Amino acid sequence: MERSIAKDVGFYVMLGIGLVLMFIGPLIWDLFQIMQITQYVVLSVYALSLAYIWGFGGILSFGQAAFFGLGAYTFAVASINMGDTTLPFVLSFILPAAFGAGLGYFMFYGRLSEVYLGVVTMVVTLIFWKLINHTAGPEYSIGDARLGGFNGIPSIPILNVPGDPSAWLDPAQMFQVFMAILIIVYVVLRLIIASDFGRVSVGIRENEERSSLLGYDIRRHKVIVFAIGSGIAGMSGAMWATYQTFIDPNAFSMEMSAKALVWVMAGGIGTLAGPILAVVLLQWLSLKLGTMHILNNYVILGGIMMILVLLLPKGLLPTFQALSLRLWTIGKSKMKERTPKGKAASDV
Amino acid sequence: MDYVLIILLEMLRAVSWLVLLASGLAIIFGMMRVINFAHGEFLMLGGYITIMTHNNGVPLWISMLILAPLTVGIFGILVERLVIRHLYGRIIDSLLATWGLSLLMIGGVTLVFGNTVQGVSTPFGAVSIGEYSIPLYNFVIIGFAAAIMLATWAVLKFTKVGLVARATMQNPDMAETLGVRTTWVYMATFGIGSAVTGLAGGLLAPLTGVVPSMGVNFVGQSFITVITGGASMIAGTLSASTLLGTVSQGVTFASGPVYGDAALLLTALVLLRVLPQGITGRIFKKSL
Amino acid sequence: MKKLNRRHFLMSTGAAVTATGLGAPSILRAQADTIKIGGLHDLSGPLDASGIPMDQVFKLAIDDINEKGGLLGKQVEGVVYDPQSNMSLYSQYATQMALKDRVAAVFGGITSASRETIRPIFHRYNTLYFYNTLYEGGVCDRNEITLGTTPAQTVEQLIPHAMNLWGKKVYTIAADYNYGHITAAWVKRYVEANGGEVVETEFFPLDVTQFGSTISKIQAAKPDIVLSVLVGTAHLGFYRQWVASGMKQEIPIASTTFAAGGTDAVILTPEEGNGILTSYGYYTSIDNPTNTAFKEKVAAAYPDNPPILSELSEVTWEGVMVWADAVREAGTIERDPLLEVMETGKSYDMPAGAVSIDPKTHHAIRDVYLAELQDQEFIIKETFPQVQPADTQMVCNLKETPDANVHHEISL
Repeated sequence: MERSIAKDVGFYVMLGIGLVLMFIGPLIWDLFQIMQITQYVVLSVYALSLAYIWGFGGILSFGQAAFFGLGAYTFAVASINMGDTTLPFVLSFILPAAFGAGLGYFMFYGRLSEVYLGVVTMVVTLIFWKLINHTAGPEYSIGDARLGGFNGIPSIPILNVPGDPSAWLDPAQMFQVFMAILIIVYVVLRLIIASDFGRVSVGIRENEERSSLLGYDIRRHKVIVFAIGSGIAGMSGAMWATYQTFIDPNAFSMEMSAKALVWVMAGGIGTLAGPILAVVLLQWLSLKLGTMHILNNYVILGGIMMILVLLLPKGLLPTFQALSLRLWTIGKSKMKERTPKGKAASDV
Repeated sequence: MDYVLIILLEMLRAVSWLVLLASGLAIIFGMMRVINFAHGEFLMLGGYITIMTHNNGVPLWISMLILAPLTVGIFGILVERLVIRHLYGRIIDSLLATWGLSLLMIGGVTLVFGNTVQGVSTPFGAVSIGEYSIPLYNFVIIGFAAAIMLATWAVLKFTKVGLVARATMQNPDMAETLGVRTTWVYMATFGIGSAVTGLAGGLLAPLTGVVPSMGVNFVGQSFITVITGGASMIAGTLSASTLLGTVSQGVTFASGPVYGDAALLLTALVLLRVLPQGITGRIFKKSL
Repeated sequence: MKKLNRRHFLMSTGAAVTATGLGAPSILRAQADTIKIGGLHDLSGPLDASGIPMDQVFKLAIDDINEKGGLLGKQVEGVVYDPQSNMSLYSQYATQMALKDRVAAVFGGITSASRETIRPIFHRYNTLYFYNTLYEGGVCDRNEITLGTTPAQTVEQLIPHAMNLWGKKVYTIAADYNYGHITAAWVKRYVEANGGEVVETEFFPLDVTQFGSTISKIQAAKPDIVLSVLVGTAHLGFYRQWVASGMKQEIPIASTTFAAGGTDAVILTPEEGNGILTSYGYYTSIDNPTNTAFKEKVAAAYPDNPPILSELSEVTWEGVMVWADAVREAGTIERDPLLEVMETGKSYDMPAGAVSIDPKTHHAIRDVYLAELQDQEFIIKETFPQVQPADTQMVCNLKETPDANVHHEISL
């Protein structure tokens, strides 16, 4: 169960790894590796947005890509018009969060059931995808930014030092900034989860009816959780846009939504570190596959997904934790014959 | 006047089209609460079986109406035994597994059959209505949509098998206690749902280009129709198809296909807000 | 299965070790002496039907160069990755090719979206880039050589020809993305310039498969020509449903996109495809010795799975050959000397006819053909020699702005 994070070793380990990578990474990696790892960082932030609302709020969204794309397009349009990227980056959190709050109001106050919730979020994403694909004509521009339809928006500015549009970040600096963002998002989410608010939302996840009978307004609670997740997804979209300097409607695709689901599933629902692990593993894998020439990559990726679901239904991290816990208890019981049952895995 | 008739026929065709696309999925979802994300690829497989066997000399009708549903049905049973069976009651897991399956099928079909295969022409030719002419094949689509709906209804309503299926759907535990092998019912359901999808794929083959990645074009529409329809297979599919098909075709005629699609999605969204359990969650509640 | 005992295991691994021991030095030596070039084509996913033939021809071109003794005394080595029809993989592999593999040049990218993903990356790292697909025009980047046709090159030929044959009322149906919009605009311009009228232009999202309502609308409008800028396999449904509605004998179809990758002509049956008029920079039926030799090489290299040849794959061949020619002439693989060679505007003898590079836009000045589909083969009706990329020339002049790094939207 959720414990005070001050006593959680896993939290410090994660924080430590993050900080070490952030400072040491640029010194030991070459440019290509930095770009590569930056991508994992961006997608990890995206994965965390779903890991939070699904694992700690019980909200299953098939439409996380709607917010990812919204953030990316917000950043692209705003930064192309403004030149400076600081305000656009902030906007890319606020706008999706506001939209998420609106959609959340529509869904949770309408008391949609779980399956339908998933479908509504999916339909919203599809609508975004359709509409943004339709913006190919020259009449669809916002200020200086042409939306570009299927082809997307090229030449999106690279993140710059606040207030100085000409001082844009080089790849190593961008990696450090993004890593810092990931660490902050992780810490903030852990703090939220450990707070009273977080405890209530976990309670709602466990048993909605009981939480409601205890006097908590579950609808309001869910709207807030959903909005936070949406904002984080939007921010990761902006990071993606500035990292690639390019964004196209694929940001709104079902595939993008489904990827978030896969990462959280594979990493372990109810953990934050698991999805990050899954992002790194699976992204690395699909990259490696493209450089090898065996069969057809769709066959391999599809096969891996099915096997993952069938063999590791709990996800990588919880399985790993359970395994090491078992080894640990076995080792202990050999020393002391009888010990009390091991504690549950921590929520890293 | 002719134009009005053409528009009406086109709407009817669009509705039938949605019925065909969605009914296989509706059978599986309605009975088992499993969302088959590889639905589009099941359609594709039906289409591929049709054109591959037809190109090898099998008459079109046999390829389309017998071989396609049969093969896809057997494939469905295999999938159920190997994968879906382990994931009952875990909607998300089954969704992810079938998503993996869809990728696997796209790649697999490319490997086995190749991605550029000559398709089949639409049979029958055209019929003129005043100054317009439309494919006669449209009436085949309409006919089969009606036939599938009728057949499902008849089976569920009048046969022993239908009774067992309905019992399992309503209360699987109770059915099990009364001696129904629910696992068998599920397996058969998945097989039948797949076969219907295979048939739809076969019927689709002469209308469009058949390529491994074609499934993605249909999966959105199918899902939305099924979910908007709600839990009951026939009334749900029929009412949702009618509503969505009419709206999208009406808007397409008035202003073009982009808005037609958007109107379909928007209608579904508003409906789900008003009727969160789908149409048949509130209206036609007692229907099949 | 035979049980593996230790002795047997040692023997077999011993053999393997010896084998690799013998093999390794030659591999190492080869790697030190090769010139690497990159190929980025979708080998899986929705675009693989176009990507695989391009990749096959790309590899064949490398083999061809190596058979003739390589370049600068070295063998050429192809670095091939599969972006799986996925833009983020495109950007990663582009970065990998530029920074890690340090390839001398990259060939590939199919859609404009994939090109705009990787073009800025190659621009940033000064890695010479060849884009070999027909597209909507407007790229202005000295680092990119664009050899495919643009709408101004093909539409300009197709429209007057079709209007002479069939009449002056044109109904345009186009895919709803940049290429469709820009091509539709060019269609309108040339139709009007030739004294005709575009009665309607309709755009379709790329996933639309049902065209019944549009066919009824066309029947109501009664045009003389249907001009199709439809793209992708979903849109193939139009041609099929068009025939099924009995319209085949009524109104002829002209297109600058149909069978651009070659596959559409195979997927449609002969009865459905016959008579569609198209215009591209390459057809397999072009009659010249270079093309005959090219087709023979392709057939010999891929006896089991011959690639479907089209402008996409033939232009990929051109790209590698133009690059190799420049390397031979400049005596180096450095980017700038190669660009200077290519900017001289020298003419290359290619399977598609004479090709030269316009120094102002880095686009190809090339022969454009008009051809009609008959029994899944294109019969060439007319040849237009040395057509300029007029659209890109309107917006781009690399002589004046050599540092340009943009994709202009050409608006008419």
